[in-house]
Amino acid sequence: MRVLVVKFPGTNCDYDVFEALRKVPVTYPELMWYRDAEPRGYDVVVLPGGFSYADRLRAGAIAAKSPFVERLQDYVEDGGLVLGICNGFQILVEAGLLPGSFLVNDSLRFICKWVNLRVENASTPFTCLFTEGQVIKMPIAHKEGRFYAGELSTDLVKSKRAVLRYCTENGSITNIANPNGSDHSIAALIDTTGRILGIMPHPERAVDPLLSPDGSVDGLLLFLSIKAWLGGQA
Amino acid sequence: MRAGSLALTSLTAHEVEEVRRRLGREPTEVELAIFEATWSEHCSYKSSKRLLTLLPTSGRIVVVGPGYDAGVVDVGEGYVVSIHIESHNHPSAIDPYGGAATGVGGVVRDILSVGTRPIALLNSLRFGRLENALSRWLFSNVVKGIADYGNCIGVPTVAGEVEFDESFERNCLVDVVCIGVGRREELILAEAKVPGSVILIVGNYTGRDGIRGASFASRPLDGEDDRSAVQIPDPFLEKLLIDATLEAVEKRLLLAVKDLGGGGLATALAEIAYKGGTGIDADLSKVHLREPDMQPTEVLLSESQERMIFVVRTEALKQVTGILEKYELPFSIIGVVTSDGILRLRWYGRIVAEVPVWAAVEAPIQERVVQMVHRLSNTNTTLKPPTPDLHEAFFKILSSPNVASKRYVFEQYDYEVGVRTVVKPGDGDAAVLKLPNGKFLSIKVDGDPQKCHLDPYMGAMNVASEACRNIVCSGAEPIAAVDHLQFGNPDDEEVYWSFYQTIRGLTDYFSTIGVPIVGGKVSFYNEDSTTGRAIKPTPVIAAIGLALTHDSVTTMSLKTEGDALLVIGETSAELGGSEYYKVVHGIEQGQVPFVDPRLDLRIFRVVLTLATVGALKAAHDCSKGGFGVTLAEMCVSGSFGAKVDLSSLPRVGELCLDELLFSEGRTRIVVEVPKKLIGLVTSILERYGVPYGLIGTVGGRTLRILYDGRTIIEASLDELENALEKPIPNIMGD
Repeated sequence: MRVLVVKFPGTNCDYDVFEALRKVPVTYPELMWYRDAEPRGYDVVVLPGGFSYADRLRAGAIAAKSPFVERLQDYVEDGGLVLGICNGFQILVEAGLLPGSFLVNDSLRFICKWVNLRVENASTPFTCLFTEGQVIKMPIAHKEGRFYAGELSTDLVKSKRAVLRYCTENGSITNIANPNGSDHSIAALIDTTGRILGIMPHPERAVDPLLSPDGSVDGLLLFLSIKAWLGGQA
Repeated sequence: MRAGSLALTSLTAHEVEEVRRRLGREPTEVELAIFEATWSEHCSYKSSKRLLTLLPTSGRIVVVGPGYDAGVVDVGEGYVVSIHIESHNHPSAIDPYGGAATGVGGVVRDILSVGTRPIALLNSLRFGRLENALSRWLFSNVVKGIADYGNCIGVPTVAGEVEFDESFERNCLVDVVCIGVGRREELILAEAKVPGSVILIVGNYTGRDGIRGASFASRPLDGEDDRSAVQIPDPFLEKLLIDATLEAVEKRLLLAVKDLGGGGLATALAEIAYKGGTGIDADLSKVHLREPDMQPTEVLLSESQERMIFVVRTEALKQVTGILEKYELPFSIIGVVTSDGILRLRWYGRIVAEVPVWAAVEAPIQERVVQMVHRLSNTNTTLKPPTPDLHEAFFKILSSPNVASKRYVFEQYDYEVGVRTVVKPGDGDAAVLKLPNGKFLSIKVDGDPQKCHLDPYMGAMNVASEACRNIVCSGAEPIAAVDHLQFGNPDDEEVYWSFYQTIRGLTDYFSTIGVPIVGGKVSFYNEDSTTGRAIKPTPVIAAIGLALTHDSVTTMSLKTEGDALLVIGETSAELGGSEYYKVVHGIEQGQVPFVDPRLDLRIFRVVLTLATVGALKAAHDCSKGGFGVTLAEMCVSGSFGAKVDLSSLPRVGELCLDELLFSEGRTRIVVEVPKKLIGLVTSILERYGVPYGLIGTVGGRTLRILYDGRTIIEASLDELENALEKPIPNIMGD
């Protein structure tokens, strides 16, 4: 699996994603500066988290206008996969590759904590090693993480494009388990082609059993899913 | 060269005379500005230097000790860890958001200045009481400033402490610690050793913000012109600076790097030349400016943030500028390193300053005599306030903002970025990070002005002991520390005496346990801007430790039903400076707990031995609030109850119930041990000859504290959790 990890000015999870991908067998991650990067030839493009361009205007707004991101549409039409994590998700939304928008968390503060997520859709390239209804754990770390899509949100849940939703430890979707006030507790979203995933929690931070609260490595399973899905397709 | 006006300078008449003597002529305006910066208390340590030499600073693992931008220790397998502490007290009192944020920026650049990658931030914060609106405003904005800056640059904030006390009402303390990691062979020092090499100023445009910041930090706040001395934070630029510097370090392109901190270019240029044994010839008009009409002294003294000096061989210049261009970082080539030992500054080619480097850097020591101050009457040993309702007192202490959970604070920090944080904020006595060599680094910062106020010598020992104890409770061996010593005006005899007593206390403690102090800072002139009263003496210690394997890494949460609970160490009646006296009785007097560093060392060794043999399931020290608080935190953290009997606590003399429950004295560690290992554990404890007691067991959903079988306190996990978790969010209006 050839993976391109793209770094914009202000991206700060690039190296963490790169290291996480190195745990996936037979995977060749490459870390590139946005101006030197070209999506063609890679199986997967990852836009990691951080504060690209200091979140000026809106989180992700400036990176979304970069020539690299503008090339992603064609890349996906040619069969490529795109994974946007945290700020990467915000960039994909700003670029119009995913619907909705992001507001400041309802606490109005940055929030960092481990959350429970319910897998709503296990037939995407990014979640195929999970089962539907399974509860997984990853940390979130964001200030503008409140996903908002108005009336569309209900459709996103019904059509299972809302791939992951914030939940309690036993899988219930409640207001208390929703850390930022996102519509329908949406934490991850896939586009209509099923090839672009935006995810607010950080899978690259859930790849080492020593670092997760219960020894789980659900983030690694997300990366392994991509590998498995690509393998099945070949 | 034009002679300088003496009207604006902060130098004393005696110091100006000394400048004249060293130069053999009248100084120019720019020269005076150089001396003003380099001879400021902030940069020169002229009041503290002599006493600081008492501290133990050497050791087998010390690679770089005090006197550089960061201390560096060897952690094995070719790796080093760097550590530095900075405060931004005065700027934060005026502009809490910007002041705290720029404090983070500065200490991160110090870590970069030795060629290491910043991997963790800690902070130690002190404000007035939260009932006060000003304190709440300072608190929430300082935290937000640290969060926005640290989060943006991708360095996790992993541990810290927060304390509220009236003496910090208008002079809050904002201490920030940064930890770095690097390869030993890639270390660089801020020394311009090679004549002919090129000097670049990299990063932010130089503006008028923070002009004379170093002299601002070297006098009390007076409300006049203070705001213009505060700098403006730009974490985005800092992030680019980090990426560019590390790329250049990895490619071995840099001879030296230096943060532009207090005293701006004046101090940075003088210091790199001094340490390199060289001179510098630089043209200030070449610096890229934010405002076009700046004067040479303004360029020289500006403390605009996110700026660094790079010293580069001419052969490497093209590659370095290539990296800077890639990250779209502004830079200017401002001069060259010379061999004549002169700091020569120009303005559009014309020489405006020509100062021997030694003359600028070797500031005259300010001779101060330590006067014995008879103030230990505060340590009244005969105090014996009536014992209150213990259950009520216990809950009052649990919900005191000084004891209650700081989740409100640490959840605003990205403590995960970098994917190294094994023990996270709130989970253990210290944060633990995974190092690239496979070992585990434990880090913690502590202070205790309540005790230092009553007895600065013993107070400082308590602070040192607590910092090291926290490292040990996480399963790591303390290997190094840095100190930050914060006091009022050193002209005040009592202040200077407490400073001296503090240094003595730290020296006695750290030399006995064999842990070197590899760096530190001194901050004087911390006093209330309205009343003029000095803050309580506040030495803050950041300690680091190493655990060789993950097996010995320990958290505070109770783990298994039926496990045994032991306390190691003796409880004493010394309640001076305790949270119990403060919140229950309103007393700020009493005997400060005695610290015996030799006993500490034995306790540390025995606890680490237990960790190594896998007998240490949980460990938590007894500090603020005492034994009862320790147990409550262990229960809530692990979602297990416990039943313990106070009559089994080892003690010094006869103790009352309130003393057993709330004493913060002596080194005591509560440990959870598997039932089947009790025999092994007690025989190890006996072998080391440390006092211990088998106090109870883990289990159920309530915490029951008994004395001789009689229940003293009984509380459910929910009650304890509410008491710990709710106070700060409630006060802050969540």
